[in-house]
Amino acid sequence: MAMDQVSTAHDDHAHDHKPGFFVRWFLSTNHKDIGTLYLVFALVAGIIGYTLSGIIRLELAQPGIGPLTGLMEFFGYSGDQAIEHAKHFYNVVITYHGLIMIFFMVMPALIGGFGNWFVPLMIGAPDMAFPRMNNISFWLTVAAFIMACTSMLIPGTGEFLGFGGGWVLYPPLSSATGHPGPSMDLLILSLHTAGIASILGAINFIVTILNMRAPGMTLHKMPLFAWSMLVTAVLLLLALPVLAGALTMLLTDRNFGSQFFDPSGGGDPIMFQHLFWFFGHPEVYIMILPAFGIISHIVSTFSKKPVFGYLGMAYAMVSIGAIGFIVWAHHMYTVGMPSDMKAYFVAATMVIAVPTGIKIFSWIATMWGGSIDFEVPMVWAIGFIFLFTVGGVTGVVLANAGIDHVLHDTYYVVAHFHYVLSLGAVFGLFAGWYYWFEKMFGVKYNKTIGYAHFWTMFVGSNLLFFPQHFLGLNGMPRRYIDYADGFSTWHFWSSMGYAVTLVATLIFFVGLIEAAVRRRKAVANPWGEGATTLEWTLPSPPPFHQFNELPEVKPETHH
Amino acid sequence: MAHDEVKHDYHLVNPSPWPLIGSMAMVVMALGGVTYMKGMFGMEAGTWWLLALGFAGIIYVMVGWWREVIKESRGGDHTPVVQIGLRYGMILFIASEVMFFVAWFWSFFEFTIFQGARVGDTFDASNPLYAEALQAVGGQWPPQGVEVFDPFHLPLMNTLILLLSGTTVTAAHHALQHDNRRTAISMLAITIILGVCFTGLQVLEYAHAGFSYDGTIYGSAFFMATGFHGAHVVIGTIFLTVCLVRMMQGGMSAKKHLGFEFAAWYWHFVDVVWLFLFAFVYVIPYLVMGH
Repeated sequence: MAMDQVSTAHDDHAHDHKPGFFVRWFLSTNHKDIGTLYLVFALVAGIIGYTLSGIIRLELAQPGIGPLTGLMEFFGYSGDQAIEHAKHFYNVVITYHGLIMIFFMVMPALIGGFGNWFVPLMIGAPDMAFPRMNNISFWLTVAAFIMACTSMLIPGTGEFLGFGGGWVLYPPLSSATGHPGPSMDLLILSLHTAGIASILGAINFIVTILNMRAPGMTLHKMPLFAWSMLVTAVLLLLALPVLAGALTMLLTDRNFGSQFFDPSGGGDPIMFQHLFWFFGHPEVYIMILPAFGIISHIVSTFSKKPVFGYLGMAYAMVSIGAIGFIVWAHHMYTVGMPSDMKAYFVAATMVIAVPTGIKIFSWIATMWGGSIDFEVPMVWAIGFIFLFTVGGVTGVVLANAGIDHVLHDTYYVVAHFHYVLSLGAVFGLFAGWYYWFEKMFGVKYNKTIGYAHFWTMFVGSNLLFFPQHFLGLNGMPRRYIDYADGFSTWHFWSSMGYAVTLVATLIFFVGLIEAAVRRRKAVANPWGEGATTLEWTLPSPPPFHQFNELPEVKPETHH
Repeated sequence: MAHDEVKHDYHLVNPSPWPLIGSMAMVVMALGGVTYMKGMFGMEAGTWWLLALGFAGIIYVMVGWWREVIKESRGGDHTPVVQIGLRYGMILFIASEVMFFVAWFWSFFEFTIFQGARVGDTFDASNPLYAEALQAVGGQWPPQGVEVFDPFHLPLMNTLILLLSGTTVTAAHHALQHDNRRTAISMLAITIILGVCFTGLQVLEYAHAGFSYDGTIYGSAFFMATGFHGAHVVIGTIFLTVCLVRMMQGGMSAKKHLGFEFAAWYWHFVDVVWLFLFAFVYVIPYLVMGH
């Protein structure tokens, strides 16, 4: 869309009456400020989650229970006691790594951060539909994070601190049998709180998208990122309450004598797995769909072409979301379900490869014949397409119940979901970061540092996760603190990969600090003719309240 | 805020302390909840004041927040387009509530439907996990020793009460739309009385239950499903009561009464959930037992 179609007369900085520091950042009702808060929060939580993964790779760099025993000896334990504490600590670390990365890093960054910032801008709205509710979504996420971190430090089972049963919280590990201490109870309440925050956020996004699009912007002209957020929000709205129910059953089983997951009273622990994965499978699409939206814009912008098959792209996301609700039991092939049930879940799961394939090939078709600028966001986006495809293909492998009986709970699964999340969602996150950085903060970043960040991250994360396929195929189980010597080579290289990503992360922060110190003023649209969505019609950073006069989308213009 | 320049009808809300205070209260309530259940910070299990403090904080925020919403509504912030947004919002909230009940029905159906499967050959009865579960329920559903309620006694009464209250709330709505405030107020008052009656009869029924919440899966599934429904009835009754008070104070015009509409929607939702509970939790297990 051309600049002259949009009135910017009222976006004058002279009318920007920003409130004072406390009111602006703690009592905010501004979607851009809340988006920034989410990004800062995700950065903090991400550092913690990333540190936890460093502990995992440090421990697994060599066979034996070395570094963590040393750590426990440092804390005053000795002999077998130190080893027992090391084992429990390792379980706690993997559990909280998963929970923090999912609930407090990827979701807040992609949905809370970029969603809040760019859904209103892209659809030509002055703010979110419910700006005050938007803020409680953020602060409840912080509250949930405080509870989760506290739960790491209070008794889980016996003298051991924290919950160590894995992020999936399966009973009996999560019931009073496995972790009778208060840690698990607080963790349940933390996830309840995070769930409330996400449901409120989801309602906000859906209403904003349905009710606040600029005049002339029909749903079929809406930018794909807004489409991705719409589907994501619907998934959140329908999936999270089921998790809330399962968590409530767990809580009452633990404290008030109900028997939902306790066979001795007629209950069934496997029902928890069903309820959990009815939420958990949509949850993985909740994490990846916003990244899909971001990648579509970046590929289109830097290929200087409209995205190939716009409607197909939009409805591919809708069908991924819909089918995502009926495939959950492929996470639990090994629980002893009937063959017919497995056959159904295999077939249903395979179907998801179709819309996902539509997305991958449409991105490639968008690039085809385009005059491609390999700007920093574009290399991240291309990296995303490569690596997400690897994760998607191993997903098809794991969808087969027969193969999954062998690979279930091995490092092959770990490699698979880190390819779609660490190298998928997180690459999408960094792509969005470098795409919108100047728009959000009004300063330019150093492109050389951006490229250096990409290449070290690309090399490091592949070195980190690719060998885990081999480990899994050879039978290395996930969540183990120790392993047979035969696995040591690939574990060593995997840990070296982590070290490379550590360098990449340092480069990321160097780039952030460099941009903050140099303060090179950003322009409204750094990307030229390819950047056609409404946010590029506004100055960088946009005024405190944009679109006081709503932009008009003309009939012939496109997404 | 740049309100002077605004040329659209959307509602740009002023900065508000409620989200921050509410989230702090949430942390206090969670820590209080864990303290109550397990004991923490040197306090014994059963210490309730921290939980109560957090809960009071949440109530305080709710009252303050919604007072502000009512003030904004009277100040004209709820333009037609904002009203549409609020309606969407309430519908979506109710949709999420429906999914919450899906979890409770799921557990009830799982135990109802798969008791047969567990004793059959689909599931391996020699699996110690299932063997134990089968023993606990005596291989039948409702489990051995469970005396289920006669659905055509108090539960049927409650069904009629709730259905009647659904009609009275609709009558109140019609009266309000025709600016017949006296009828609207009395119909709404009758609705609230019926809601209280339902809750009272439910408490009475619970007191005469032939099974307990803890110890058996039937009790767990029954009390959690009907209990969460009962909690929603109480919330709906409070919602309607707030509407009644506002109406008696002269609020809620014939043209615009979103608060009342939302309370009515919520009340109908609670009503529909009850019909499902009545059919699947009360009537069918009773008939299955051969009465």
